[in-house]
Amino acid sequence: MLTVTDLHVSYGAINALSGISFNVPAGAIVTLIGGNGAGKTTTLHTLSGLLRPTCGRITFDGRDLTNVPPHDIVGRGLCQVPEGRLVFPELTVLANLDLGAYLRSDRAAIAATRDHVFQLFPRLAERRSQTAGTLSGGEQQMLAIGRALMSAPKFLLLDEPSLGLAPKLIESIFERIVAINRDEGIPILLVEQNARLALAVSSYAYVLESGRIALHGPSAELADDPRLKAAYLGG
Amino acid sequence: MTEFLQQLVNGLSLGAIYALLALGYTMVYGVLRFINFAHSDVFMVGAFAGLYLAPLVPADTILGGVLVVLGAMLICAVLGALIERFAYRPLRNAPTLNVLITAIGVSCLLQALGQLVFGAAPRAFPAVFPARALSAGGLDFSSNQVVVLLVALVLAVALRFIVFRTKMGAALRAVSQNPRAARLMGINNDVVIRFAFVIGSALAGAGGVLYATNYPSIDPFMGVLPGLKAFIAAILGGIGSIPGAALGGLLLGLVETFVGGSEYSTYKDAIAFALLILFLLFRPAGLLGKPRVEKV
Repeated sequence: MLTVTDLHVSYGAINALSGISFNVPAGAIVTLIGGNGAGKTTTLHTLSGLLRPTCGRITFDGRDLTNVPPHDIVGRGLCQVPEGRLVFPELTVLANLDLGAYLRSDRAAIAATRDHVFQLFPRLAERRSQTAGTLSGGEQQMLAIGRALMSAPKFLLLDEPSLGLAPKLIESIFERIVAINRDEGIPILLVEQNARLALAVSSYAYVLESGRIALHGPSAELADDPRLKAAYLGG
Repeated sequence: MTEFLQQLVNGLSLGAIYALLALGYTMVYGVLRFINFAHSDVFMVGAFAGLYLAPLVPADTILGGVLVVLGAMLICAVLGALIERFAYRPLRNAPTLNVLITAIGVSCLLQALGQLVFGAAPRAFPAVFPARALSAGGLDFSSNQVVVLLVALVLAVALRFIVFRTKMGAALRAVSQNPRAARLMGINNDVVIRFAFVIGSALAGAGGVLYATNYPSIDPFMGVLPGLKAFIAAILGGIGSIPGAALGGLLLGLVETFVGGSEYSTYKDAIAFALLILFLLFRPAGLLGKPRVEKV
């Protein structure tokens, strides 16, 4: 469904991605793991159109996505939950969710999606009139995911959903992520530093190291790979 | 007491004009984080647009006056969109300092073009609204002051509706809170930025006509001082805050008028600015602004 071929991205003279290729089939959760500065967020920014690749190709849903502006990418159904949530702090939970549905106009359908989001995250329903800046980190993460769902996406990009959250919260957020994929059939590209967790929920994994794919394979196999164990899973 | 009320009316009508102008500074700052120094010259163009439109509408009628205001708003909205498109959009990823310097350049350009097209000598501004001397309860004021307050009020209500009740308004607030997140919502930030310029410039155009009806001599440099004061009003209210700009404008107009009516009238600008400095020492984010950490 999403295919990336030989993608190169640079910040000025510095190469952030030196020719990465990967593929996310329909309905799957695929993870991209790696340490700080490996190029994970750069990859997602390029997929969302926030960065332009110097060369390479991105195809989504059978169409070329390279050099398409960010708002059109969202319009085609590729939606990102960014690192650090990036909720709109001075707007209420409801207003944040409404902005997620910015490109939709069918009010009834939007209301139905909102109900669904509230069902998935009852906490958001409780806090609907609170400004997003007053929410806890976990609640903001729920809001960021809920806001992305409001666009009725065909595909979700998740950037470090576990970042800065307590283990218990991480577990509950990941349960919802798996549920979104399972119940709605939305494929997910999950970027994570928490490799153990990412391998547990995904079917296929790519390991990114200094802008290159160092390893890839089915997640269950990679979880036992000695190289990966030494580098990311603490032996 | 009568004198106090008299000055209150004078101060509010001057402050309303500062407020209209301050809204443009704050809206553009909200989406682009820079001060559009050319904004005061859009205000000047608005006044001249009024000068040239006045003979085309029924003279000395409310309808005529409203048409002149609307025409000046339209012309300034187009000017604002052009300035954004050709001066600022090419610098979207440039450092803020470059954009600021460009803004000063655009300001100089508009002033020079104003001299070329309109002439450097002050021109008399026609009475676009029916001017009547009114008195009520021992207060003397001109109908133009009432017009200024009414027009400013209508525009403020309209702006409030646009910002808080429309989709474009929601996009505007989203871009000003987090431009990157806004793009990930499917918002085309360029359209929103253009919209901020269009609305801000239209308000400046209305402000230009209203200012000229009360201070009826206009020239290509007339924007400089009101522009500076409106910029200060925007800072006073909390730059980026729309209600703050309106409040800051009214407050500055009041302070200036009250000091102007006292025995220290020669120092009215000095005192107004000194108060501002003092205020900002204790509340750097302004009246309604939120303290915000600037990323370097």
